[in-house]
Amino acid sequence: MKKDIILAGVGGQGILTIAATIGWAAVEAGLFLKQAEVHGMSQRGGDVQSNLRLSDKDIASDLIPFGKADMILSVEPLESLRYLPMLSPKGWLITNIEPFINIPNYPEMDAIMAEIEKLPFFVALDAELIAKEIGSVRSANMVMLGAASPFLDIDYHFLENAISKLFGKKGDKIVGQNLEAMKAGRKVAEEKIGGR
Amino acid sequence: MEQKLLLLGDEAIAQGAIDAGLSAIFAYPGTPSTEITEYVQHSAQATKTGIRSSWSANEKTAMEAGLGVSYVGKRAMVCMKHVGLNVAADAFINAGMTGANGGLIVVSADDPSMHSSQNEQDSRFYGKFAMIPTLEPSNQQEAYDMVFYGFELSERLGTPVLFRITTRLAHSRAAVSRRAVLPQNEIRLSSDLKQFILLPALARKRYKGLLKSQALFIDESENSGNNQYFEGPDKSLGIIACGIAWNYLMENYPDRVIPFPVIKITQYPAPRNMIEKLVDECKEVLLLEEGAPLIEELLKGILSKNLHIKGRLDGTVPRDGELNPNIVAVALGLENTRGSEIPEIVVGRPPSLCMGCSHRDAYDALGEALAKYSKGRVFSDIGCYTLGALEPFNAINSCVDMGASITMAKGAADVGFVPAIAVIGDSTFTHSGMTGLLDAVNDESNITVIIADNSTTGMTGGQKSAANGKIEAICQALGVEEAHIKVIKPLKKFHEENVKIIQEELDYAGVSVIIPRRECIQTLNKKMREKAKDK
Ligand SMILES: Cc1ncc(C[n+]2csc(CCOP(=O)(O)OP(=O)(O)O)c2C)c(N)n1
Ligand code: SF4
Repeated sequence: MKKDIILAGVGGQGILTIAATIGWAAVEAGLFLKQAEVHGMSQRGGDVQSNLRLSDKDIASDLIPFGKADMILSVEPLESLRYLPMLSPKGWLITNIEPFINIPNYPEMDAIMAEIEKLPFFVALDAELIAKEIGSVRSANMVMLGAASPFLDIDYHFLENAISKLFGKKGDKIVGQNLEAMKAGRKVAEEKIGGR
Repeated sequence: MEQKLLLLGDEAIAQGAIDAGLSAIFAYPGTPSTEITEYVQHSAQATKTGIRSSWSANEKTAMEAGLGVSYVGKRAMVCMKHVGLNVAADAFINAGMTGANGGLIVVSADDPSMHSSQNEQDSRFYGKFAMIPTLEPSNQQEAYDMVFYGFELSERLGTPVLFRITTRLAHSRAAVSRRAVLPQNEIRLSSDLKQFILLPALARKRYKGLLKSQALFIDESENSGNNQYFEGPDKSLGIIACGIAWNYLMENYPDRVIPFPVIKITQYPAPRNMIEKLVDECKEVLLLEEGAPLIEELLKGILSKNLHIKGRLDGTVPRDGELNPNIVAVALGLENTRGSEIPEIVVGRPPSLCMGCSHRDAYDALGEALAKYSKGRVFSDIGCYTLGALEPFNAINSCVDMGASITMAKGAADVGFVPAIAVIGDSTFTHSGMTGLLDAVNDESNITVIIADNSTTGMTGGQKSAANGKIEAICQALGVEEAHIKVIKPLKKFHEENVKIIQEELDYAGVSVIIPRRECIQTLNKKMREKAKDK
């Protein structure tokens, strides 16, 4: 088993929380893991990405080779397109469609969606909206993780355990909200796969 | 099962140091090295065992404090980003001359591709320059283990050890297994109480000793096990892979079997015998180095006679930037697996000042105060405020090295370019700005210095600033007239007032200092979150 994942977003959007959750789950599932993060300058509102690699064999490179990523998981639509050279021809793009606009020349949303829809395998969802619907606006990232979960090849309960572990300090309510958010995201992805 | 830790390369170094009997760590923040010291600061184990860990005013003071720890026989680590080693260079090179007593490791974190830096200088040159051993781990586990080896080597051969990492290792996480914890050393001075006196007569003796040690250092590189020679049946090519380049090479062979002879290098000076064997038995040699073509140049020399050496100099590998698995694949003649191209509509998203950042208001006021003058007058420095170079501010005209704002403005003003303005942050001011300000005062230079005081080292994530609460006193003590030290509040509602104050000081023919003071909103938010947690 091998899963190479590019996590994408804008500095400050918290992609490292998603990475940490998958990372916990992977370690508990007994997998090898490498995760290259972006720290420093770009964290001030620039584009950020993380290379997350899971495997049942030892992993050599901290960076995913071009064209070998099994998934791009992006919490922002424009950012989802920035790493396409990394994506395998069989890989999935899982992206949030709520734009984060902090540049004056942000492209038209329609143009972005058209590019996303050109891809053979994608799930596009409005994570903020879904998070709001279940009453926890701050869990959009966990909605995104949920949408990615059917493609991770990690038992779902490992992801649930990871959320309990990572958010445990913040109390049962927060854990519950994040679990529910993940479930809601997962449902969207399952419907998409089922409907294909 | 033994408990493994999931650690960044930086954190693996820190945990390695804590477990290997560290007594003190000194550092100045700088991406990608910052997390080493932060990890020690947050480690309960380090607190319990009384390990000293603090941010120094700059890399030079950190380096010297580390040398002091080594002097008394205890183990010290000093951490910085690559350009920090330029600042520490005087102490660093001379520490090579004095040698170490207690184990001394200097970590320098390079940033090839300049993700967060002004240049991509390769610290291995400094190891060669100082003629001391250099370690360059290829992964997180090696980073952890090599700290043990580094301290032991440093004490056994009486030399500081340079520990070179690059961004990818520093900021990538993997599982690390730990070793048994070593106790700290007791205080025990060198048997030679003149070891650290570099008076010419004594220094000449020490230098002969250092030259003699070179053979020992090379022996160590051949035999420590850190450098490895892997035989391979296909002698049409031999490969030398340094540090993290090893991983990218292995990535291209999923079964981990490489048909060619390979040397994996993680310790310098370069292992001469191994390299000689490889060059002798292979038709061509490919160099994979993360950073500059250091070994490649050694092998090739300036005469371009050894044309069978391939790497960054002949274009087999790009001359600049960090490596990745694909660059290595292409260099090996393997398939380039690059996927579909980035769609044309995708635009860049450069970093920018946070909304509500005090620097925004300071630049708004400065911009208006300067409107009546010709452009190109603002000498800036390194910190979040450097982002004032970008749209929509276009507020600054230079950013070179820490401290260069005040001194460049002074030089320009001294030859008649007035007004000349310096913009410098609080942490940068105590790092390297104070001495330049003293020069300006002594020379009665006509400059206006803006010390943007957000009470923190913002760019690197909000470490404590050595300048906290001291800036006015420092400026006064350096001789800036009290009447020309002005503190302003960078907020929209004080805009007119702030513009007026800046204009007055621009008109004053002498050194004036303006201190826009408001806390960085990121550190403010962090404090509030921590307060809320405590409740
Ligand atoms: C010699 C050197 N050391 C460290 C750095 C990394 N560095 C860049 S900016 C900065 C902090 C600047 O802090 P401050 O001057 O207070 O400005 P702020 O970011 O808070 O606005 C640091 C540590 C560097 N570029 N050069
Ligand atoms: S981190 Fe602080 S100093 Fe840096 S841009 Fe943000 S608010 Fe300004």
